[in-house]
Amino acid sequence: MTTMPVARRRRGRVMVRNTVVGLSFLLPNFTGFLLLTLVPVILLFYYAFTDWSVFGGAEWSGLDNFERMLGDSSFWTALTNTLYYAAFHIPLTLAVSLGLAMLLNRRLRGVAFFRTVAFFPYITSIVAIAQVWNMLFSPTYGPINELLRFVGVENPPGWTTSADASMPAVILVGTWRDMGYYMLLFLAGLQTIPGQLYEAAKVDGANAWQRFRAVTLPGLRPTTFFITVLLTIGSFKVFDLILVMTDGGPGQSTLVLSQYIYKKGFEENEFGYASAVSIVLFAICFLVTIVQFLVNKRRSE
Amino acid sequence: MTTLKPRRKAPGPLRILGYVALAVAAVAVLLPFYWMLSSSLKSNNDVFSIPIQWLPAEPVWRNYLDIWTRSDITTWIGNTVLLSAIVTTLQVLTGSFAAYGFSKITFPGRDVLFLAYIGTLAVPWQSYMIPQFIMMSKLQLTDTLWSIVALQAFGALGVFMMKQFYESIPDELVDAARIDGMSEYGIWRRIMLPLSVPALASLTLITLVNTWNDYLGPLLYLRSPDLWTLQIGLKSFINEYNAEHALIMTGSVLSVLPIVVIFLAGQRYFVEGIATTGLKG
Repeated sequence: MTTMPVARRRRGRVMVRNTVVGLSFLLPNFTGFLLLTLVPVILLFYYAFTDWSVFGGAEWSGLDNFERMLGDSSFWTALTNTLYYAAFHIPLTLAVSLGLAMLLNRRLRGVAFFRTVAFFPYITSIVAIAQVWNMLFSPTYGPINELLRFVGVENPPGWTTSADASMPAVILVGTWRDMGYYMLLFLAGLQTIPGQLYEAAKVDGANAWQRFRAVTLPGLRPTTFFITVLLTIGSFKVFDLILVMTDGGPGQSTLVLSQYIYKKGFEENEFGYASAVSIVLFAICFLVTIVQFLVNKRRSE
Repeated sequence: MTTLKPRRKAPGPLRILGYVALAVAAVAVLLPFYWMLSSSLKSNNDVFSIPIQWLPAEPVWRNYLDIWTRSDITTWIGNTVLLSAIVTTLQVLTGSFAAYGFSKITFPGRDVLFLAYIGTLAVPWQSYMIPQFIMMSKLQLTDTLWSIVALQAFGALGVFMMKQFYESIPDELVDAARIDGMSEYGIWRRIMLPLSVPALASLTLITLVNTWNDYLGPLLYLRSPDLWTLQIGLKSFINEYNAEHALIMTGSVLSVLPIVVIFLAGQRYFVEGIATTGLKG
């Protein structure tokens, strides 16, 4: 009977000791994480409801920022442009990276070389990439338009210098940069599909397209789901590529949400209003994650 | 027996199609890099010649000397190397340290804290860069190299990656060491670290590349030219000398080269790191 409290006390002491030791492991990283990520994320939801210019402090202003946003045509342009980028970048990257992954999953010579090379764009700095592509896209002397003229296009687009073609140019470069990364994720997914399934489908007389529809796509569903989430969030927060390549221009033709936050916050020092726009970006990414999670869950049931 | 060798050989036409596709894709990926390299060896007037000069008529090696005197690239490289080294060391140490606490020690509140890490992984940095900037100003870190250290070194990614790896190490091993009287710190140092070399290598490479290439952090925080990193310096050089096409490409090659070398040397770890955190994230 007397051993019970002793055991409990000992267990209690072990728990206290574990807590202290455990926290000491977390502390170095958690301090930095707390101050520079967690607290800012929480503060965001306060600043968004304040009027804060660089001179005064934050002053509570309720929903003013959000009301202002409704009538702010630049905000709507930024939002529309972001949707435009996402609407093309997501399917394009999905298709290209899946295609490349399926290509690499075959036994062809040079596959290992290509797997290495496809990753180069992803590890190369945005500044260098944007600069090279801007030169390639140069309207009068650039190699891309020279090629287009060579194959008979009489008036090739002005790319980053024209309001109509600047977004397509940015989308192309964005896809070029990302495809190696997502290709790798698809490749990992493809390799989890058992070869017997393909054999069975072949025995049943399924052709290549039918095998793709009936075996590859269902087998890749978790991978595709995950990649779509990553791509969607990545598209909605697209920032540095556009900042360096076009700076939102010409005009506002490539102005995106992240860049608008940057403009309002760091160039015009309107921290409150910029935080309210940040909330929109946050909400979109959050919503996308939730919706896709639910859809995927229902499908797998 | 031949039927037992699946996908050894695709039928002829499909196979040829595969090679064509592979070749097209390889050209599409590599051509911009080739353009960068060949332009860096041209005289400025030859960069945009019509028709395109695929090979520089006479390689202008001078560009690779001029860039050092025409720009502050020495300072930029110095800052970038310093930052990459500090950030990577801190990220790997604090990340693996915290991951040990999260995966091998049980205590109340642990899972809630970990949830905070996971939760913020889904929040885009762009949406909290403003409150973060205000925090940095309050800590008086803006316009110092420390701001970039603070920004990059405590990310959730390192903790997440290392935790995932540590969970694959059986608890029995840790328990046995505890029974032998080893302290938790000793277990982390003498057992976990040596066992997790592949994961540490992945994290090191990914952090190194991220820090080296980061443009937005330095753009927001580093205002004084003597603090500039390679990316921000290169961008200002582009803005200032926008007609010096050849020299701009020379600078670009120099900024990309170290990363390509590091990537080629540690490719296996790099790819593994991305595939594991990618798929389970």
